[in-house]
Amino acid sequence: MQALTQRVKQVDRKPMTLLERIYLWNIVKGMFITFMHIFKKKPTIRYPEQKRQFSSVFRGLHVLNRDEEGRERCTACGLCAVACPAEAITMEAAERLDSEEHLYREEKYAAKYEINMLRCIFCGLCEEACPKDAIYLSETFAPANFSRKGFIYDKSDLLIPNVKTESADFAKAKGL
Amino acid sequence: MSEQILHKVTIDNITVEVPAGTTILNAARQIGGDVTPPAMCYYSKLEGSGGKCRTCLVEVSKGSEKDPRPMPKLVASCRTTVMDGMEVKNITSPKVIDARAGVVEFLLINHPLDCPVCDQAGECHLQDLGYEHGKEGTRYEFKRRTFHKVDLGDYIQLHMTRCIMCFRCVFAANQLTDKREHGILDRGDHAQIATFIEKNLKNDFIGNVIDVCPVGALTDKTFRFKNRVWFTKPVDAHRNCNNPKCCGEVQLWMRGDEVFRVTARKDEWGEVKTASNGNTGWICNTCRFETKKASDWTIEGPSNINRHSVISQGHYVGVTKPTETFSEVMKGRDPKLLMDIHDESEVNKPNIDLSLLDRPAHSTDFNK
Repeated sequence: MQALTQRVKQVDRKPMTLLERIYLWNIVKGMFITFMHIFKKKPTIRYPEQKRQFSSVFRGLHVLNRDEEGRERCTACGLCAVACPAEAITMEAAERLDSEEHLYREEKYAAKYEINMLRCIFCGLCEEACPKDAIYLSETFAPANFSRKGFIYDKSDLLIPNVKTESADFAKAKGL
Repeated sequence: MSEQILHKVTIDNITVEVPAGTTILNAARQIGGDVTPPAMCYYSKLEGSGGKCRTCLVEVSKGSEKDPRPMPKLVASCRTTVMDGMEVKNITSPKVIDARAGVVEFLLINHPLDCPVCDQAGECHLQDLGYEHGKEGTRYEFKRRTFHKVDLGDYIQLHMTRCIMCFRCVFAANQLTDKREHGILDRGDHAQIATFIEKNLKNDFIGNVIDVCPVGALTDKTFRFKNRVWFTKPVDAHRNCNNPKCCGEVQLWMRGDEVFRVTARKDEWGEVKTASNGNTGWICNTCRFETKKASDWTIEGPSNINRHSVISQGHYVGVTKPTETFSEVMKGRDPKLLMDIHDESEVNKPNIDLSLLDRPAHSTDFNK
């Protein structure tokens, strides 16, 4: 029969020599290979002290963005929720009062905004759908939790620090 | 009574016989489907409407049997009546497609493109038209015409910046109410829909201007910012309305048991449907704005929504829910670690009924 690939190897059916039958020699050979690995380059890193760089297209935990003046960009248009294949996003909109113009960018804003991280599949469609550059998937994992309750992320979990009022937090989050 | 004279007219190679005096647009509507030109200002239920927006332009490649010369320019199909043997090209004519795309772009020049904020998004004819012609973006780089938003009475919000000057609401107020109190003021670029001196529109049927508005210029203040239309579930419902002119047959836009919005029922052209009593199904202000409890209505069933509309998203028809297998597997015991989402979620709290507010929700309404 013709071989399908060129990697076919004939099995060696010769009877074992004395050295091979002793078996100890093969153990020594194996240990030598193991020992040689000590001097090779290590493919692992010391997580969590060391962390690998994420790929530029990595999709992690969501953040809700603010503009340069620290106002929330989200206008509760619902496009992220309608794009979400896992139906993880819910929101309730409200009208901005005159006294809240420094808080919200548009006359309508998301009074409530929730992402159910148990449902989320981190596909990034919400980020793609957003017409206001308000939601982004960051380069962090959703942290583990002991109960399911902790995975319902509301606005206080998602919003980035306000550049005006929480400038220290903002600088820290930016890694400055 | 003499026999009706029938004219044979061919629209996009489909021949149809219509009575003399029918417009090309209405003849095309009899055929239906893609050959029907879009209409932003024409409204079959409003006398005198049409001829303003120019989106219904068609090419007449053969005038009639007697005079087969083509018409020299594209004509507005809502205003041009058919002739015997007329041949009309709508989507088969590249000239029409091109001209219509231009018209759409002109309509969008002053339109603010604030669809994420606008309550009409999802059922907006201008939005559909823009996307159909690939003009959802804008090339306009100059300052747009802007107006302040105005409250027309307690229930109607006017966003003049979004208006495309179709005059439909003026006709509606003229023909449905006893006294029209708003109209077009000024002219040209300054033309605006307005009441002369910030007057309240207090007429029993004035709410219908919201339904006839093709864009988000006139919106329901009781629904303002409450929800996106595609997250609400449209159901047909009726009630015994005391107003003799009101048919009481409406469409409720519900979420759970909450009635977020009441509108008249719409047909496939986005116009108010004819009610079961034979009249056009205009509804009164009491039905539209003041009866926002599910118990006020007799619900007939879910409305039929075109599956290409965003409103049909998430409305699964003919789905059988799988039976709960937990108790069977667990021998009658309830699972201990399940989470009820309403225990944790702050959205849609059962003790806060946003639908009962007659104004948009504010930050203060959520702290109960």
